[in-house]
Parts: sequence; C-alpha cells; structure tokens
Amino acid sequence: MAIRVTHELHQRRRSRNVGLLIVLLGFVAIVFGLTVVKVTRLGDASAFEGYDHVVQPGLAEVAEDAGDGDAADGASQ
Amino acid sequence: MTDASLDTMTPEAGFGDYFALLKPRVMSLVVFTALVGLVVAPVSLHPFVGFVAVLCIAVGAGASGALNMWWDADIDAHMKRTRNRPIPAGRVAPGEALALGVALSGFSVVMLWLATNALAAALLAFTIFYYAVIYSMWLKRWTPQNIVIGGAAGSFPPMVGWAAATGAVSVESILMFAVIFMWTPPHFWSLALFVKSDYGDAKVPMLTETHGRRITRNHVLGYGVALAPVTLLLALSPVGGPVALAVALAVTLWFTAACWRVWSRDELAAIADNYAVEKRAFRISLSYLFLVFGALLAEKALAVWGLGGWGGGWAFGIGG
Repeated sequence: MAIRVTHELHQRRRSRNVGLLIVLLGFVAIVFGLTVVKVTRLGDASAFEGYDHVVQPGLAEVAEDAGDGDAADGASQ
Repeated sequence: MTDASLDTMTPEAGFGDYFALLKPRVMSLVVFTALVGLVVAPVSLHPFVGFVAVLCIAVGAGASGALNMWWDADIDAHMKRTRNRPIPAGRVAPGEALALGVALSGFSVVMLWLATNALAAALLAFTIFYYAVIYSMWLKRWTPQNIVIGGAAGSFPPMVGWAAATGAVSVESILMFAVIFMWTPPHFWSLALFVKSDYGDAKVPMLTETHGRRITRNHVLGYGVALAPVTLLLALSPVGGPVALAVALAVTLWFTAACWRVWSRDELAAIADNYAVEKRAFRISLSYLFLVFGALLAEKALAVWGLGGWGGGWAFGIGG
C-alpha cells in the first residue's frame, strides 16, 4: 500500500478534526454571545426575569395593578 | 501507528458517527417541544439566550442518547433497526460513547444554568438521569411498562424550556409534560406492533411480547382515549386559545379514530395488509404532537396582533 495515498481512514479522521474545530468555535461564539447579551442588559430588570430569587417584573405589574408597587420597586433595584 | 497498518485496523469513527450517537431524529422532537415551552411562556427571553437554552436542552437530550446507546449496545446489536448504530457496528468504542455522553451532559447542564437559571438546569440534569439511568438501565429490561414510565424522559423538554424562560414550573408546563407523557405509549406501541420480531429477538420486555398483541391493542386505544382530555385541557389553558382548541379537537378525533382502528381488528387482518393501520396510527401520532404544539406557537404569534389566547387566563375564567 502506498503510504501517500489518502485512505478512507484519513477522510474520517479529517471529518472528526474539522467537526471538532467547528464545535469548539461554536462554543466560543456562544460564550462570547452570552457575555455580550448579559453585559449589555445589566440595567434591564426584565432581562433577569427567569432567574431564581429575583422579583419578576411581569408578576410585579400585576401587583402594581392591585395597588402594591413595592414589588416593582424591588425589581428595579 | 503506521499507515501500513491501516487496512488491518478497526475502522475509526468519523464526526458523523459521534453525531449519530446523539440520536438526531429524537433530538428534533426535543428541540421542537422545548422551543414551544420556551416561546409560549409568559416571560420572553432574549433571542440569543433562548437559542442557547434550546441548544443546551438539545445537547442534553443528545448526551442521554449517547449514554443510552452505550448501555444498550448489546440490545442494539440484535435489532435490525439498530444494529448499524455506531457502537454495534464497531465504528465507535463503548468507552468513547460513555465519555461523550458524560461530557456533554455536564456541559449542557452547566451552560443552561449559566445562560438561564438553576431550576431549568436541574430539570435538564434530572431528565438526562431519568432517561439514562431510570429508563435505559432499569425499566427498559425489567417491565413491559417501560414505555409508559420511561416516556416521562421525553416529556420534560417543554417543561425545561418553560423553566428557562420563567424560572418556575406551572400548570401550563405540567400540562405540556402530560400531553407528551400520555402520547408516548400509543406512539411506541403502534410501532411495536409492526416491528414485533425485533424487540423479541433483543429480549426487551415490550408489551407485545409479554402480554400479547390483543392487550397491546387495548392499551393503544386506552392511552389514545386518555390523551384526549389532557390535550383539550392544554388548549383551554392560558397558553391555548381558539385555534389551539380547534386543532386539539381535530387531531384528537383523528388520532383516536386511528387508535380505534388499531384496537378493532385482529392479528390476521393486520398481517393481511402488512400492518397498514398500525403504521398509519404511528404516522398520525407524529403529526399529532407537531400539530398540538404548533397550534400553541400559532396562538403566541396571533397574540402579537392582539388575537388568539383566552384573554390571558383559562378558557373557563379561572385566573383570567
């Protein structure tokens, strides 16, 4: 077998390397994108709506309608 | 290793083989239902965070698929449908599948936590544990009810999507869970009716083998009927609306009729037409889930124009 001939095994190995490169680049892009989104929305209370132990502005609006504005104040702090 | 040894070695896996370990076809259902759970939630996520959340849920589901393939490689080798999977075909070593499954499980849970919240991450971790350990390692080889109880694993994604957006579990997300949970048995038992020999050969205690095909047909109809009120209740919930209710009624009639036809005939009739009715019920079950969840998306889209929904509450006034 000629050593320089491209074997099918080389193609599979190449697909694995290229695939891993794409996955790693995608992971870096996701972490970067998440960082940008979170840092640029630090002043927006609604951005933290899904987080634990944080007052949810959507629910606070309901409380406001009922004459209780404290929850909304807490959410904006 | 030298190139001279290439022809005598075990084949090396390509990237596609590792991707196949993640069960991409199952993943498409997970992505869709998780996306619906996330989108129909009353709290909107930033689109990029939503994308990352759905990606994490998909990767988590894929990781549990890899762990399932690692554990079930012996079963897969006996079944025509699965014997060409990467592990039984010898393209991926079992240890590699285990490592991939564990690594992706960790990555997906931690990334979902960082992107959204701890509850969503905990639910995803539990889903992976449920599918890989409770279903694959315990139920699947032990009881013919494996499909019923194990179906919970496939029912969690919309709940995880909802939790990612809201940070909570609610009646709506539990109803979405319940629809998939009740849908799974007639879906898989319809499949089991026309791929009977495979499960028997692999010694998986599928209902068709342990209790017979008549009982299986009874179960298909029973769960098909029990699914109807759950689907209708979801359509009447705050995430539903007139469109969702119309679709729910239509697909419920369609699927229940298909289950009825599966129930109302015997094995001889099924063999005579090569299980055409069972295959049709299986195909309708696939459409069922996409239409029911798609209708919820349609309600959400209509809400943008002030249409759709039940005015923010239940159709019958509770919480509205």
